[in-house]
Amino acid sequence: MSTRLTILSNMKQIAEEQDKTLPALGDQTVLVESGLDSLCFAILVARLDAELGVDPFTTAEDIVFPVTVGDFVRLYDQAVLDAAA
Amino acid sequence: MPRPEPGCLRDALLRRLEGDAARPGPPGRLAGPGAEVSLGALPGLTQLGGARDALAGRAVLIATATQFCAAVALIELDGLAGRIVLAPPDLDRDHLPEILDRAGIEAVVTDPDGPAVLGQQAGGRLVCPCGPLAAAPAPAAPARATEWVLLTSGTTGVPKMVAHSFTGLTGAIRPWPVNAPPPVWSTFYDIRRYGGLQILLRGVTGTGSMVLSGDEPVADFLRRLAREGATHVSGTPSHWRRALMSPAVEGFRPRYVRLSGEIADQAVLDALRAAFPEASIGHAYASTEAGVGFEVEDGLEGFPEAYVGRTGTGVELRVVDGSLRIRSARTASGYVGADGTALRDAGGFVDTGDMVERRDGRYHFVGRRGGIINVGGLKVHPEEVEAVINRHPRVRMSLVESRRNPITGALVAATVVLHPGEAAPEAVKAEILAACRGALAPHKVPATLRVAEALAVTQGGKLARPGAGPAREVARHA
Repeated sequence: MSTRLTILSNMKQIAEEQDKTLPALGDQTVLVESGLDSLCFAILVARLDAELGVDPFTTAEDIVFPVTVGDFVRLYDQAVLDAAA
Repeated sequence: MPRPEPGCLRDALLRRLEGDAARPGPPGRLAGPGAEVSLGALPGLTQLGGARDALAGRAVLIATATQFCAAVALIELDGLAGRIVLAPPDLDRDHLPEILDRAGIEAVVTDPDGPAVLGQQAGGRLVCPCGPLAAAPAPAAPARATEWVLLTSGTTGVPKMVAHSFTGLTGAIRPWPVNAPPPVWSTFYDIRRYGGLQILLRGVTGTGSMVLSGDEPVADFLRRLAREGATHVSGTPSHWRRALMSPAVEGFRPRYVRLSGEIADQAVLDALRAAFPEASIGHAYASTEAGVGFEVEDGLEGFPEAYVGRTGTGVELRVVDGSLRIRSARTASGYVGADGTALRDAGGFVDTGDMVERRDGRYHFVGRRGGIINVGGLKVHPEEVEAVINRHPRVRMSLVESRRNPITGALVAATVVLHPGEAAPEAVKAEILAACRGALAPHKVPATLRVAEALAVTQGGKLARPGAGPAREVARHA
C-alpha cells in the first residue's frame, strides 16, 4: 500500500473510532478542518509510526507543520525516503 | 485482671502456645521449601548460637537468602535487638553500604556463607551466620521494644527505610475464633515485605501454621500449597492472575483468598470467586508507610464510602485532593536516616499517594499519583484503563503505559495477555477497544493495543511499570 493510501485509510479508521465525520479527503483539504482533533492526529502519528516505521514529527529537526492533507502526505513520503536512504 | 499485650514476637508466640494447648488439632509449623520447624519448639531454639545474646540492644540487619532463616531470626531478635532492619530479597548490593550507614547497623545476620559473600561490604561489623537450629536457653535480658525497619521498593535509588513497632505491625490482627479450625497461612509475598510480614505475624502469633513461599515456579508453589493444605493465602492481583493461569491451581482449595498490594479490580475478584467457589475472597488496603488500613469482604472492587470519616475503628480515612490519607496507631513512626522527610502530616495522617474516585456509594482506586499519563493535558490513570480491559473474558492481565507522542505529549498504549480461546486475537482486540470506547473518555482509550505472551511482574509481585518513578512500596495489605 502506498504511503498516501496508508495515511488515508488510517484517517478514516480513526475518524470512525472517534465518532468523527470526515469530508471527502483531497490534497487541498485543510487538516484542522478535516474533523479530526488533536487526539485523532496523535493516534494517527502513533499508528503510522507502527505501520511505516517513521515519525517525521519526532525525527525532523526543523519541522514545518503540514497544513493540508497534501502537505501531510508529502511529509511522510519524504520521511519514508529518508529512512530508506 | 487482663494481662498486658505481648510486647514482642517471642512473647506473642509463647502466649499463643498456651492457647494452642487447649485446642484440638496438630501443632503449628513454620514451613519453608526445604526447612521446617514446629512453632512449639521454636522458643527453645536458636540458629545464631552463642552470637545471639551478643546482639542485645544492637541495630541488626537481617540479610538472609531464605525467608525461613529471616523468619526465625525475627522471632529470635525481636525483644532482644535494639533495631531490626529487614533486607528484601532483591536489595541492590550497591545500596548496602548506604543502608548499613543510615540505619546505624552494628551487626548483620546472614547465611552460612554470608561472611564470605559480604566481604568488605560489612565494613568490620559483626557478621552472624545462621547455623542449624540448636537448643538454647531463653535470653536473660527482659524484652525491650525493638524497632522494626522495612525497606520500600523504589525502582530507582536507595530504598527508604520505614520504622514500625511490633505493636503497630500486629494492630490489625484479630484473635482467632476459639471453635474455628486452625488455618494454614501462606502468601505469595516474601515475608520481608510489609504484605508478607503481615501474614507471617498472623501465622506465628495467631493459631495454625505458616507456609513460606520460595524461589520455585508458581506451579510448584501451588502444588506445595495443596500438599501443605494451605487454607488462608494472600498475594497481589498479579500473583493471583498468574496462579489462575496455571493448571496446578486445580489441586489447591483455599478457604480464604486475600488480595493486596495492587488495585483489586472486579474482573480478578470475579475470576477468583469462580475458581474458588467455597472460599471467601477479600481485598485489603495497607502500605509500608500507612500500615494496615482496612479490609473489604463484600466481593466488590473499591470500598464503601462510609469508611471515609468513620471513627471508633482505630483507623481514620480521609480523601484530600483525590488521594487517600490514613491515620492510625498502625502507621509507621517515620523514616530512618532520612533527611527530615516527614512521613505524616501535622495532623498525623499519612498521604498514601493512592488516588480514589467516588462512584455509586463506593470509592474506587484509580491509580498512583505519580503514574498519571498526560494526554494533551488530560489525565489518565493506567489502572482505570486496565480495569476496563480486564473485564473482557479473554483477558488474563493487561498493562497500560504512556507512549511518547509529538502531538499530545503522550498517548495511552496497552499490552494484554490473553487466555487461549476460539476467537482470533484480532477479533478480541477489536472487542476490547470497543469496550474501552463504551466505558472511557476518548483520550483514555488505548491508541495502540498489543497482544503479548506474558507481562513482567516485579519481585514484589506487582505488575512491572516501566518508567515508573521512585515509587513507594504500596502494599495494600493486611
